[in-house]
Amino acid sequence: MGFGDLATMREGLLGVRAADAAAVGTITLDSYTRVNDHDSARQALRTGAELNGFPLVAHGPVATRRLLGEVSGDGFPVQVRHGSALPYPLFEAMVAAGVDATEGGPVSYCLPYSRAPISEAVKAWARCCELIAAQPEPMHLESFGGCMLGQLCPPSLLVALSVLEALFFREHGLSDISLSYAQQTHPGQDLEAIAALRRLAGERLAGADWHVVLYTFMGVFPRTLVGSFRILEESVRLAVRSGSERLIVKTPAEAHRIPTIAENVDALEFADAIARDEAGRAARVSTPAAGSGSGAAHGSGAESGDEVRATDSGIYEEARMLVDSTLELAPTVGEALIRAFSRGHLDVPYCLHQDNANRSRAYVDPGGMLRWAEPGRMPLRVDRGGTARRPVSAKGLLGMLGFNERRFDREQLTHGHFTSRPSISARSAS
Amino acid sequence: MSQVMLPAKRFVVSSVSSDAHMWNLVFLQLLLEEQGAEVTNLGACVPDELIVEECRRTRPDVLVISTVNGHGHLDGLRLIRRIRSEPDLADLRVVIGGKLGVRGAENIVYAEELALSGFDAVFEADGGIDGFQEFLATLENADRPALTSGAAA
Repeated sequence: MGFGDLATMREGLLGVRAADAAAVGTITLDSYTRVNDHDSARQALRTGAELNGFPLVAHGPVATRRLLGEVSGDGFPVQVRHGSALPYPLFEAMVAAGVDATEGGPVSYCLPYSRAPISEAVKAWARCCELIAAQPEPMHLESFGGCMLGQLCPPSLLVALSVLEALFFREHGLSDISLSYAQQTHPGQDLEAIAALRRLAGERLAGADWHVVLYTFMGVFPRTLVGSFRILEESVRLAVRSGSERLIVKTPAEAHRIPTIAENVDALEFADAIARDEAGRAARVSTPAAGSGSGAAHGSGAESGDEVRATDSGIYEEARMLVDSTLELAPTVGEALIRAFSRGHLDVPYCLHQDNANRSRAYVDPGGMLRWAEPGRMPLRVDRGGTARRPVSAKGLLGMLGFNERRFDREQLTHGHFTSRPSISARSAS
Repeated sequence: MSQVMLPAKRFVVSSVSSDAHMWNLVFLQLLLEEQGAEVTNLGACVPDELIVEECRRTRPDVLVISTVNGHGHLDGLRLIRRIRSEPDLADLRVVIGGKLGVRGAENIVYAEELALSGFDAVFEADGGIDGFQEFLATLENADRPALTSGAAA
C-alpha cells in the first residue's frame, strides 16, 4: 500500500494495524523513487502532483522514522516495497529510518524493472546486503525471485531464482531472509512449486532464519468483485496448505487502479478469515462457519470438492538442477548469476531486459499448467509433444495473460453466485 | 503470405522513464510485427534522452509510448515537450497509451493536455485497443507506401 503524502500513508498504516487480521504493514514506494529520480518525486510533492506510491527518499529518513514510530511496533512490523535495481541510496534511507523489512534482489529487481546492467545490480545489492548486515538489528530481506514478471514464468525458474537470490543474501552476510513465490495459473502446480521451494531452501540455507512468502496472483487480474475475491481466496488457501508464513494480498481494485485504504483493509480481513477457515479445514475441525464457507459450495475447476493435490511434474528436480548448474559457473553467487544470464543459461520468458536472452518461452496448457514451450539455451528437457509450438501471437499472448482473469470472472457467469449468494458477507453469515 | 510486402513501417515502442511494466510492451511489439512492422522495443524505464537518441538514429514512422503505472500524465508530458523542442523531431509521429494516471476511469482528464502538448494521439486504457488499431489503419494512407498484410489481432 502506498500513498504520496505522509498523512495518507499514516492513515493507511493505522487502518491496516487496526484491521481484524494478522497483518504486517507495507509501504509501497512510488515509481520515481524506484528509479532514483528523487528530484521528480520532490517536485511532485511540491506541486501536489499525484504519485503512485510513497517517496521515501524525498520525504527523508527523519520524516519516515517519525511515521514508523507512530504506526509500527513489535506486533506490527512494516515492510518497504520498492522495485529498485540500484537501491543503495534507498537502503541508506531505510536503515536511517529504521525500516523493519524490505525485498528484492539483484535479478528480481533488475531484469523486470530497469535498464541497469545485471552486473551493476549485483554490485549494488551486495553493498546493500553488507550495509544491513552491519547494523545492530539487520533489516529482514526477502527475495522477490519467485515473482518474475508476475506471470508466465514457469515455477522451476521461479523457485531457482528465489533460492539463488537467498544464497546471494547469505553470501553477503544476511541470515534473516525469506523466499517468495507468486500464485500462477494452477493451484496443484503452485502447491508442488512451494513444496519444492521449501525443500530446496531447507537443503541450501542451513544456518539461516528463513521463511516463505506467497504473493496473490500479480498478473492480469479478474475485473469482477467476486472474481477478485475468489482468486484471493485461492491464494490464501494455497498459502495455508503450503505452509507459507506470509501472504501478500491483492484487492478487487487491482484490475482498475491503485486501491484505497478501505479496499486494502477489506482484502486483509477477507484473507484472514479464509486463512482461519482453511486452517480449520486442515485440522479437520468442523465448525458451522468453516462448513458454510468451504470451497466445496462455491469453488469450481481445480478447487471444487476436496483438497487440491500437488502435481508431480518434477519442479524440485528442475529447480535444483538450475541452481546447481548456475553455481558451477563462478566462485560467487553474484558472478554466477551474471554469467548464467549472459549465456542464456538462465532466461526469463518474454523479459525485454538487455541482459536477458529472451529466447525461452512459456505457455499455459489446456489444463491450466504453466509449461515451457521453448527452453532457449537453458539446460531443460522440454517435451514438445512431437510438434514444435508456433510462436505466440499478440492475441495468443493476451489469452495466456488473461487466463486467470477469465477463469475467475467466468465463474461468475456460469455458477450463478450473484443469484444464489449475493455477497461475501451474506456468504459467511449464511 | 502471398501479398507483396511493401516497405514495412518502422516503430519504436517504449515505456516512460519511471514505468517498469513490461507485458504491455511485449504485447504491442507482437501486435505491430504481425501487421508487418519493424519494431525496436526499448523496454521498461527508458530515460527521455535514450528515446530521443533512438528516434534520431532510426527515424521511425511512429514512436509508440505505452505506460500503465499511473505516471503517464507526468512523464509523458515531460517527454513530449522534450521531443517537440528538438527541431528534427518536431514532426515525428508520437502516440501515447495506457493507464495515464492513478484515477482509473477518470484518467481521461489527462488526455487533452497530453494531446495539446504534442502527442498525435492519446489512448486511455479504458478505451481498449480499438482506438490504437484505427490509428494504425490511418497510417496506411500516410506518405509511406501502405501495408497490405493487415491481420487484426
